[in-house]
Amino acid sequence: MTDITAQMDAVPGIDPRAPLLDVRDLRVEFRTREGVARAVNGVTLRLHPGETLAVLGESGCGKSVTAQAIMGILDTPPAHVTGGQVLYRGVDLLRLPENDRRKVRANRIAMIFQDALSALNPVYTVGFQLGELFRVHRGMSRGDAKRRAVELLDQVRIPDAKRRVNDYPHEFSGGMRQRVMIAMALALDPEVLIADEPTTALDVTVQAQIMGLLAELQRERNMGLMLITHDMGVVADVADRIAVMYAGQVVEEAPVYDIYARPAHAYTKALLESIPRLDLKGRQLNVIRGLPPALTDIPRGCAFHPRCAYAREICGIEPPPAYQIAPQRIASCHFVREVLGV
Amino acid sequence: MSDLNAVTTAEAPATDAGKPRGLAGDAWLDLRSRKVFWIAAALVVVVLLMAAWPSLFTSADPGDCLLARKNAGASGGAIFGYDFQGCDVYAKTVYGARDSVVVAIAATLIAGVIGLFVGLAAGYAGGWIDALLSRFIDVMLGVPFLLGAIVLAKRLSSDPESNGVVAVILTLGVLGWTAAARVMRSAVISAKNQDYVAAARMLGAGPGRLMFRHILPNSISPFIVVLTILLGVNIAGEATLSYLGVGLKGDAVSWGLAIAETGPYARTAAAPLVWPSVFLAATVLAFIMLGDAVRDAFDPKLR
Amino acid sequence: MFRYIVRRLLQMVLTFFGATFVVHALMFAYVDDPFQALVGDRPLTDSQRTALNARYHLDEGFFAQYWHYLKGLLTGDFGQSLTGRPIGDMLAQAWPVTIRLALLAIVIAAVIAIGAGVLSGIRRGGAFDTVTLVLTLIVLSMPIVVLAPLAQLIFGIQLGWFPPTAGRDANLYQLLLPALVLGSLVIATELRVTRTSVAENLRADYVRTARAKGLAPRRVIGVHVLRNSLIPVITLIGVDIGVLMSGAIVTEGVFNIPGVGFNLFRGVRTEDGPVVVGFVSILVIVFLVVNLIVDLLYAALDPRIRYE
Repeated sequence: MTDITAQMDAVPGIDPRAPLLDVRDLRVEFRTREGVARAVNGVTLRLHPGETLAVLGESGCGKSVTAQAIMGILDTPPAHVTGGQVLYRGVDLLRLPENDRRKVRANRIAMIFQDALSALNPVYTVGFQLGELFRVHRGMSRGDAKRRAVELLDQVRIPDAKRRVNDYPHEFSGGMRQRVMIAMALALDPEVLIADEPTTALDVTVQAQIMGLLAELQRERNMGLMLITHDMGVVADVADRIAVMYAGQVVEEAPVYDIYARPAHAYTKALLESIPRLDLKGRQLNVIRGLPPALTDIPRGCAFHPRCAYAREICGIEPPPAYQIAPQRIASCHFVREVLGV
Repeated sequence: MSDLNAVTTAEAPATDAGKPRGLAGDAWLDLRSRKVFWIAAALVVVVLLMAAWPSLFTSADPGDCLLARKNAGASGGAIFGYDFQGCDVYAKTVYGARDSVVVAIAATLIAGVIGLFVGLAAGYAGGWIDALLSRFIDVMLGVPFLLGAIVLAKRLSSDPESNGVVAVILTLGVLGWTAAARVMRSAVISAKNQDYVAAARMLGAGPGRLMFRHILPNSISPFIVVLTILLGVNIAGEATLSYLGVGLKGDAVSWGLAIAETGPYARTAAAPLVWPSVFLAATVLAFIMLGDAVRDAFDPKLR
Repeated sequence: MFRYIVRRLLQMVLTFFGATFVVHALMFAYVDDPFQALVGDRPLTDSQRTALNARYHLDEGFFAQYWHYLKGLLTGDFGQSLTGRPIGDMLAQAWPVTIRLALLAIVIAAVIAIGAGVLSGIRRGGAFDTVTLVLTLIVLSMPIVVLAPLAQLIFGIQLGWFPPTAGRDANLYQLLLPALVLGSLVIATELRVTRTSVAENLRADYVRTARAKGLAPRRVIGVHVLRNSLIPVITLIGVDIGVLMSGAIVTEGVFNIPGVGFNLFRGVRTEDGPVVVGFVSILVIVFLVVNLIVDLLYAALDPRIRYE
């Protein structure tokens, strides 16, 4: 099997010593009748094997678009990648011919979506949809593919996998369906797993189980996990590093402990203060005033300045540079010192 | 996906700026900007004028036929030539509009009234009334339209003296209401479940007021669309029944009759068959386009 | 699944009684002289009067008449035409001809509608899509009484591409023009439904998943989008059969094809009431059975329906 694998998903130019995933200055815009919406404006991210990077932000900040641009599954039109690089082991996926890029998907970089019910095809059994991966990418027969599908369902702890492999997506509960999604993403042993809000659609109790399963599978396989979420609670439990996004940019990046203890960007700080906390019960919650900007009309200077408590004149004129404030910490804010309180 | 949604919703306020308008006002503004609507409306107006005052379009008499002019080519006012009986094809085609349009409008009115009441009753009452009426509609749909129409039209047109206009109107009206009723029913059901209806009920509005002030105005637009298209369908239906010999007859003049009469002679003279066909198709097309345009205007989701 | 089938069968039985009742009521209720209604304008002989009475029991009550008519239908006794031919024999001769014509029409319509519908659904707003939409609008606005004689005139007589008429033993080529005419009655709606359905499904989340799985576009559309998009098209077939039956009456009349529609056409023209009632009843039953099959097919194609 290894021979076939090597043949079928060979991507030219792979350098095993290069970083696993290195996104540099990625830019995506949506060209619609109403105007151009700049969804991603120069995102830079790096992901290492065995590491969990959480990408945190409000809906509309461009985090899902970033993920889909990395996967290469944006709808074009209206979406257009206008700049930057997505380097996987040193190969720029954006420059790769579509035929080669297709081999990267699911084989090297796989993705889990938010709502498993709509993300799975309603008219095919989960066995078919899992087995399809082995048939298309590994050239397996229907029977072999089905056997592998049962193994996978077993691995994600779906009880009675042998029977359930013939069920349709709507016959599973929400949590079980998300396990099927996970099984599908892990089928071809990818090195990078992108999980786009994997637990948002689930009950709180099930959320914990799914996150636990993801963390465990990640450890077993030493995968790089890019976890996209707007839930700061989820992040604190599983992430190693956090990238906070606002209006299509990464505004702060830091190890998880640091960001909770000492946020360096005004936006991160405001986000943390807007979380209801039991120990501060009775006090008024700090809510970020205003709304995220329309992506057709992003404010000049620092995109956050109209809502920022620290904003001064310069924030509306100059985009803030990315300050390296510690070995692993970057923040794009004119008033990093004031926010950090030093 | 959530990101993409955010992109579009975030843009909405910018484009919708301006004074608030009602749904009908919005729809009218939308309609006004559609070329299809104006083409369809112009065609409809021409056909209606033709039906009301045919003498505006021709000074010839469609009944003035001379066998000496049999299949003669175009001359003078008879721009489409003469048919196998020596009748002026242009005059006959112009005068054919009247019966076609009268039949279509009357039949559509009958179908509309039945459909309105059945749909309102089923949708508003719900329960066993809805179940009964819905089953009845299913049964009606169990008989393909033309098959039922042939049987009924044949039955109604047994009087050899009449020209069949009333029979065809009744046939098309009595059999054609199912689509309108279905649309009305589902529109009423969805309007009934809206919060503003519940609010009106809590404020003490009676069933009559609820129905005619709150539910009907908000569910009438798809119904009107169906009726517009039904006008076209009924024009085609009249022609088909007349063609088969169970529709208009005697002294009636209609496009369907003209097609049926001249079809067998098409080998020697094509014009008497072609022109009524073109007028018939253009009229049906006009009503379909009109219905499509109105639907698109009323359904903001499809924009 | 089982419950769905049972429920659908019960519904079909109900509709069968309802629909045959409607046909019966349309023909026989409240007439001064029901015998005269059956034969139209022409004089009625005594022997015909007796024959009609034996079949429809017109001197009995309305429901008794319905019962006799129903019994005849269920036992395969469809009565006699006014010219004395058993309607069952006429049917047996006419069916094969009509089925060949209808199948050809359905295949032509489905291939064109699905092929073009998928293409315009994928490239919505493109040149192909715009042209297709305009063409469907034109086809949609042509009633069969316009389409059939004009097609015969233009393609059969003036251009001579096809034979203008087809007889009993017509070959595929002779049936092609009538089948095209018949098929075009349903092509426009089928195409529009396919197009909308494909365009909607292309935006569905599972398509993004399929692409994330590294599947080629051909497989994404051919396997994932197509199967979902065809579900609403399949449900259309039921309605389409009714349209085809109506269309076959005129089409077979115009092209002189001695099928079921032709017999009905002649029955109407010659005011042969028993033939009209007999053929219409049979067609209604066929229509109901086809619709039942379509609904079961629908359940097989869409696993979600079985659990409703």
